[in-house]
Amino acid sequence: MTIVQKVLARASGKAAVEVGEVVEPAVDLAMSHENAALVLNQFNEIFKGIDRPPRVWDPSRIAIIFDHRVPAESAKTATNQKRVRNFVEQQGITKFHDVRGDEGGICHQVLAETGYDRPGQVIVGTDSHTTSHGALGAFAFGVGATEMAAVWALGHVLNVEVPATIKVVVSGRLPPHVLPKDVILHLVGLVSAEGANFQVIEFHGEAIRTMPTSGRLTLCNMAVEAGATSGIVPADEETVRFLREEAGLTEALDLVVPDADAEYVRVIEIDASALVPQVACPHTVDNVKPVTAVTGRKVDQIVIGSCTNGRLDDLEVAATMLAGRTIARGVRMLVFPASWRIYQEAMRLGYLETLIGAGAVVLNPGCGCCLGIHQGALGDGEVALSTTNRNFKGRMGNPTAEVYLCSPAVAAASALTGVITDPRG
Amino acid sequence: MARVVQALGDDISTDHIYPGRFMATVLPSETPKYAFADMTEFNAALVGGSIAPGSVIVAGQNFGCGSSREQAASTLKGYDLTIVARGFARIFLQNSINLGLRTVICPAIEASVGDELRVEDGRVVNVTTARAFDTVPLPAARQAIIDAGGLIPYVRARLAP
Repeated sequence: MTIVQKVLARASGKAAVEVGEVVEPAVDLAMSHENAALVLNQFNEIFKGIDRPPRVWDPSRIAIIFDHRVPAESAKTATNQKRVRNFVEQQGITKFHDVRGDEGGICHQVLAETGYDRPGQVIVGTDSHTTSHGALGAFAFGVGATEMAAVWALGHVLNVEVPATIKVVVSGRLPPHVLPKDVILHLVGLVSAEGANFQVIEFHGEAIRTMPTSGRLTLCNMAVEAGATSGIVPADEETVRFLREEAGLTEALDLVVPDADAEYVRVIEIDASALVPQVACPHTVDNVKPVTAVTGRKVDQIVIGSCTNGRLDDLEVAATMLAGRTIARGVRMLVFPASWRIYQEAMRLGYLETLIGAGAVVLNPGCGCCLGIHQGALGDGEVALSTTNRNFKGRMGNPTAEVYLCSPAVAAASALTGVITDPRG
Repeated sequence: MARVVQALGDDISTDHIYPGRFMATVLPSETPKYAFADMTEFNAALVGGSIAPGSVIVAGQNFGCGSSREQAASTLKGYDLTIVARGFARIFLQNSINLGLRTVICPAIEASVGDELRVEDGRVVNVTTARAFDTVPLPAARQAIIDAGGLIPYVRARLAP
């Protein structure tokens, strides 16, 4: 069996499951952000006409992290957040991360670094980038708000068809200035924006085994940009190291790995050593080109951050390249770390001082700028170069603007010149 | 018979259907006014009431790709539209089924604005061009939810003693 088959078999109380089989797996962790406001509305709807008060199935398995519009940009958002806060209090939900500098951040980073994620878990989230958590060996996928309301009520996901799996083998080692972001952009370009729809991507190979969890989170985060239900990295020594040393877990871990005879619907081989920096051009994530095809394109705004590339090593790449230098006149550079823990660590290590000294604006952790709902909007016809995950028309708040996606190395190199620049020189 | 009121290409994202800047609006009763907000003429036609209930939007592959935002389904449900697409992204399709938005997977559909379509069991007939196109059934796992009229009544029935 593949990893997803093993996870779904365990969660459904079966010895084995086959691809296409319909199961109702128990949920280990159910995550929402501000859209918990809609989830709780739908949850209350379910209980209308039922002769008992609405209660969630297990308040210890629900995580709610405010990240999309923090601090609230409008009275409407603030009121929605207030409703969610009241619900959290009323239901006794424990994994709640409010707008706080000591424990807040973007949901996907907070779940990983707080140790809520475990290998072998079934994780659902009302966010398409819930695929991220496969970086720790979980089967994690995005659902809508009503689907989540059903999970809150019942504790399992209804009518899940066991997905087929694509095996992606990334052999060799990444060359200098080529980062995990380049691997996933290359893959999305290769399989297309719908190439993995209804399927899971399992990542294997030397480049994955030697990749820290940070990079694995980048890969799995963007698996959904190929349409994948989830991306999964087999749990290994690095997973254990991350969960013990960075997330502080002490309990036993179930490292689910695929069987040697697991069946894959497709195998894709990528030679990491031959990769060059990649750029996804407007307006689809699969419109991927080598950076050399777009060098010289003038940019108005550079963005480094998000659940995709706002971790400490991403900020380190940028700080190293910008140390003692100044970003080009005429370009704005926005940096938003993926969590407050990362923000504080980057502050301690001097990265934030370096970036601000070079002319960057450091924003608080959150999602707003990535999807054009809170700060960092683009002007008419402007061009952004961003380490975030989507470049759809209108994504950064303006349908006449253009968004290019890239790694932190490409973003930092381009900040110095004001045009898309190859970080390899 | 249903008239095609919009014909779209591949990879129409949820940002396209329901731009992120309106995501603070969550209730199904309030989302319809922002449907296709950046396609100003179409949005005005929807909001202005000049699109007949039951009208059809035709689209290419991967309709509804991107975000899990349920507003993208509830905003269209508000106008009682049918979406006939060559393919749907997973989360959007599930959201649509959960909310009772009619979706038809029709891998070879060809239709233009103004065409009259007839959605039949197993095929879509473009009456205007006199051509028929096979449909693909919605995921079998979801049929019980469709039959129940959406996920909320389905779960309510499961919870009831």
